[in-house]
Amino acid sequence: MGRTMAEKILASRAGQETVRAGQFIEAEVDIVLGNDITAPIAIREFAKLGGDGGGLRVFDPERVVLVADHFAPNKDIKSAEQCAVMRRFAREQNLPYHYDVGCMGIEHVLLPEEGLVVPGDVVVGADSHTCTYGALGAFATGVGSTDMAVAMATGRLWMRVPETVRIVYSGQLQPWVGGKDLVLHTIGQIGVAGARYMAIEFAGPVVDALSMEGRLTMANMAIEAGAKAGLFAVDDTTRAYVEGRALRPYCSHRADPDASYARVIEIDASQIEPQVAFPHLPENSRAVDQAGNVLIDQAIIGSCTNGRLEDLRVAAELLRGRQVHAGVRCIVIPGSQRVYLDALREGLLEVFVEAGAAVSTPTCGPCLGGHMGVLAAGERAVSTTNRNFRGRMGHPESEVYLASPAVAAASAVAGRIVHPDEV
Amino acid sequence: MTIKGRVWKYGDNVDTDAIIPARYLNVSTAEELAAHCMEDIDAGFAGAVRPGDVIVAGENFGCGSSREHAPLAIKGAGVGCVVARSFARIFFRNAIGVGLPILESPAAVDDALAGHQLEVDLERGQIHNLTTGAVHPAEPYPPFMMEIIQAGGLVPYTMRQIEAEREAREVSR
Repeated sequence: MGRTMAEKILASRAGQETVRAGQFIEAEVDIVLGNDITAPIAIREFAKLGGDGGGLRVFDPERVVLVADHFAPNKDIKSAEQCAVMRRFAREQNLPYHYDVGCMGIEHVLLPEEGLVVPGDVVVGADSHTCTYGALGAFATGVGSTDMAVAMATGRLWMRVPETVRIVYSGQLQPWVGGKDLVLHTIGQIGVAGARYMAIEFAGPVVDALSMEGRLTMANMAIEAGAKAGLFAVDDTTRAYVEGRALRPYCSHRADPDASYARVIEIDASQIEPQVAFPHLPENSRAVDQAGNVLIDQAIIGSCTNGRLEDLRVAAELLRGRQVHAGVRCIVIPGSQRVYLDALREGLLEVFVEAGAAVSTPTCGPCLGGHMGVLAAGERAVSTTNRNFRGRMGHPESEVYLASPAVAAASAVAGRIVHPDEV
Repeated sequence: MTIKGRVWKYGDNVDTDAIIPARYLNVSTAEELAAHCMEDIDAGFAGAVRPGDVIVAGENFGCGSSREHAPLAIKGAGVGCVVARSFARIFFRNAIGVGLPILESPAAVDDALAGHQLEVDLERGQIHNLTTGAVHPAEPYPPFMMEIIQAGGLVPYTMRQIEAEREAREVSR
């Protein structure tokens, strides 16, 4: 019987011929990731692992990546202390891949871009959106700080080999429909626990034709369906992206045609219109035409979901020569220094500023209500981020509507949630 | 190990922003986090929860972020155990990792109402609702996960492993 992508990658890193869904394994990890929220706890637990003598070293300094992105540039004194803990640890352990303000990006934009994650890797990150790297054909999953500490110390971590849901997209995409709309629609279909504990394989002609940016957006939101990983087969698009970036040799995996799946879902993507997910769950998605009259106070364009160059290009296309609505604060956050520089050189940042949008240095900031766009009671935001839980972007009585960069930019101009064709 | 306390009942998809809002993630000790546990969905919880109390919830408890601050906040608040119909994957890992007892038992969830008295026997995986008198079994843990729980979490468990490997190396020398 054939094997899924998850079974193939995990077997290769568990030193076994084959592994099967449901089996518990100890996998070798290729990259261990943490950020300024999760790493301080991991560093504390790592110190405990060293025992009284201390002096424990990470298993491989080149495989531990630390990124100050959530509350950085430091939003307050406590956040500054957390970044300081991480900086001190990076120095003590001689970690070459510690990304601080000025060279950092939002971790899941940064790591693929820098070639730190390559196809075939097993990646564990103390951040739930670590599943983003499935777009590259890596088995990447979110874990907690204690898991991160153990993985930093040993280079290994226990895992349960997940069952897989295969989602096959066919048809022709409508104008303004991209990876964000596909994944929001899918979560609407299967629910926020629809792939709980499982891996998702995104497949079919529509995703085969999708850009790497679009795939990264889809894999990123696999966790919003409860998934452990969101995987794409390695193809020419992957190889074109990875060539010239990969810091290590890589391994191409794809599922066997006779692999065993928990569920196979066929989606006719021709029917999918630009989507918006209503508060307070990502599964509350619907076609933007059915949104009704939702007035907005803020539009966020950025994040680990949609902070890449292609996303900013789409937003700029809609904002060029137009003005952000008088009642709306539009905040654009390039996902990394590289994206920022590319957007600057292409003239996109000029478009945003002329349209009346604010442009920020890379940060997760507003996505989790940290800083750079926190909402007051009763306020509403349309956002290209990934979660719209109660209080996610600020006050518990505020609301977040999830959408693509096209819908967010168009809505910023209209002052209410609209289809991009309306502006 | 037996846990005895009152039920705090919640619904499906209690997310990590509800358990501990991100605005408090600039601190990381269980005590500091506990003061804001469940704040946005149940403002009275942190002030009134007593040691040993049990959170009882629906499907997909702990969905969302990987923040270990969530089980730490619950543990710091003195909660003895979380019983749910099901748990989100990362929350499940984190709870095991930090030594917060969690049990899956749909029947126990359906039976329990806020304020009921529960007695939870972790070794036997049994939930006794003292108010209704009903006794419910919970999903058993795989053996190696039970070892992590009995060791007090993943860090002490791993320390034992590291120590055992070191001894094995010295013996073979």
